[in-house]
Amino acid sequence: MRPFSYQRATDPTAAVQALGAAAAANTPLTKATAQPLAGGTTLIDLMKLDVMRPAGIVDINPLAQGWSAIELKGDGLRLGALAKMADVAAHAEIERHYPVIANSLKLAASAQLRNMATLGGNVMQRTRCSYFRDVTYENCNKRNPGSGCAAMDGVNRMHAVLGVSDQCIATYPGDFAQALIALDAMVEITGRSGTRNMPFAELHKAPGSTPDIETTLQPGELISAFSVSGRWPRSVYLKARDRQSYEFALSSAAVALDAQDGTVREARIALGGVATVPWRAREAEALLKGQKFDDGLAQRVADAAFAEARGRRHNSFKIALGKRVVARALQQAVTMEI
Amino acid sequence: MSNTSGSKQSAFDRRAFMAGAAGSALVPLTARAAAAEARAAAPQDPALPVDVTLHVNGKEKRLSIDARTTVLDALRDHLKLTGSKKGCDHGQCGACTVLIGDRRVVSCLTLALAAEGQEITTIEGLATDDHLHPMQQAFIDNDAFQCGYCTPGQIMSAIACVKEGHAGSEADIREYMSGNICRCAAYPNIVAAVKQAAPEIMKG
Repeated sequence: MRPFSYQRATDPTAAVQALGAAAAANTPLTKATAQPLAGGTTLIDLMKLDVMRPAGIVDINPLAQGWSAIELKGDGLRLGALAKMADVAAHAEIERHYPVIANSLKLAASAQLRNMATLGGNVMQRTRCSYFRDVTYENCNKRNPGSGCAAMDGVNRMHAVLGVSDQCIATYPGDFAQALIALDAMVEITGRSGTRNMPFAELHKAPGSTPDIETTLQPGELISAFSVSGRWPRSVYLKARDRQSYEFALSSAAVALDAQDGTVREARIALGGVATVPWRAREAEALLKGQKFDDGLAQRVADAAFAEARGRRHNSFKIALGKRVVARALQQAVTMEI
Repeated sequence: MSNTSGSKQSAFDRRAFMAGAAGSALVPLTARAAAAEARAAAPQDPALPVDVTLHVNGKEKRLSIDARTTVLDALRDHLKLTGSKKGCDHGQCGACTVLIGDRRVVSCLTLALAAEGQEITTIEGLATDDHLHPMQQAFIDNDAFQCGYCTPGQIMSAIACVKEGHAGSEADIREYMSGNICRCAAYPNIVAAVKQAAPEIMKG
């Protein structure tokens, strides 16, 4: 690991100042000179691999006192960005009113990592693309812009089929972000000029021609909270993976429904494990609205969700798998007792 | 993995970072150890060792270490507590599991600096003079290992698993112990050990 200068931020202003002061103009966040340290499960890992090389680390854990609350207010929800995955997953009210959130967190990582990792850090985790994580591969447009993509014609079984570009097919690996997408969540961002809120769906950027730019967050900005409107007891997170526990998704679906007696009033569907960003399947959602749910409709919705999918040599199976995951998640959501 | 001090570009960035961050309301590490209320004059110089006080198994340990040192390396290399094992060193295998406060964490991805001021419990901190911890005894009783390399991490993880309330069924134990890999595949016996020790641990 390369040497770094460590600082502990005692309040949000100090944190964003330290992170922002080190930022050069137009530096992608992922290459920013100073990186915030929360749970450390991505950052320290990637620093050991020499993928991330910050000269400075700003430990933001002391901010947890103000930034880790789990608050159900009125009919909405606010989650502090430094809340630990394990604490949110085990929260009785989250389990009851937002099962898609609780289950997306429970099915992620291991008990140890969920104890360490924060919600804000979790949505910022980097791809698990093995060509990205191993610096001995020269060709990675995400690490070295313009160098090419070793995954494109390499072993790409784990890679994305949606939101891909000719520069990058790296999968967004998380689970919780899909729950936020399905719940139409907002993200609160704290920077040097105060806080701003934007739809969580606007946080992640598809790779396009700049796969090194992964989010719209700027150096010197921190995620401070997430918020959701309404209660979503009829919501499901379904995850298909190579082993039963402690594994990234091959395909996952976060589904939130407003339905009664089998008729769907409102539907949101987000896909994981198959896309370069937390993926919203809007065309698929539209097919459900106002319709009586049955298995045939589930199949048409699943087909629509993957209509634009582009498989490569080893990952085309994800299209068939992903459709089944979507159909099953919908069936579970429609029939769940709330 | 690299221990080099980086390219010319990153040396420039480092100066920019240190200059830019100077004077902000941050607590520098060396000063924090010396005087809790001290304000930052400049961030810690990465070329110099950092003074850090760790609380390990009820004892206060003062160390002067490289800022890059993880809790795992501080335990093994500086405090000679080699019970916590280095398996993957990337948070994937669980062999380095320790408790920080009452939470199980992977010590290989935890910076020693970030653990300052918190109580760290390792496998060496479990037994009292004459008695093994119930989970240690249960692992022996159930032959819950072969080579033993993952065992300290399994035991630390298992204690937390029980205290979290995740040892109610075999399925729960398997799910909530999945962060500890055993390449000898002693899993059935590990599950049996956790089941045996759980009631005694919950009694307190």
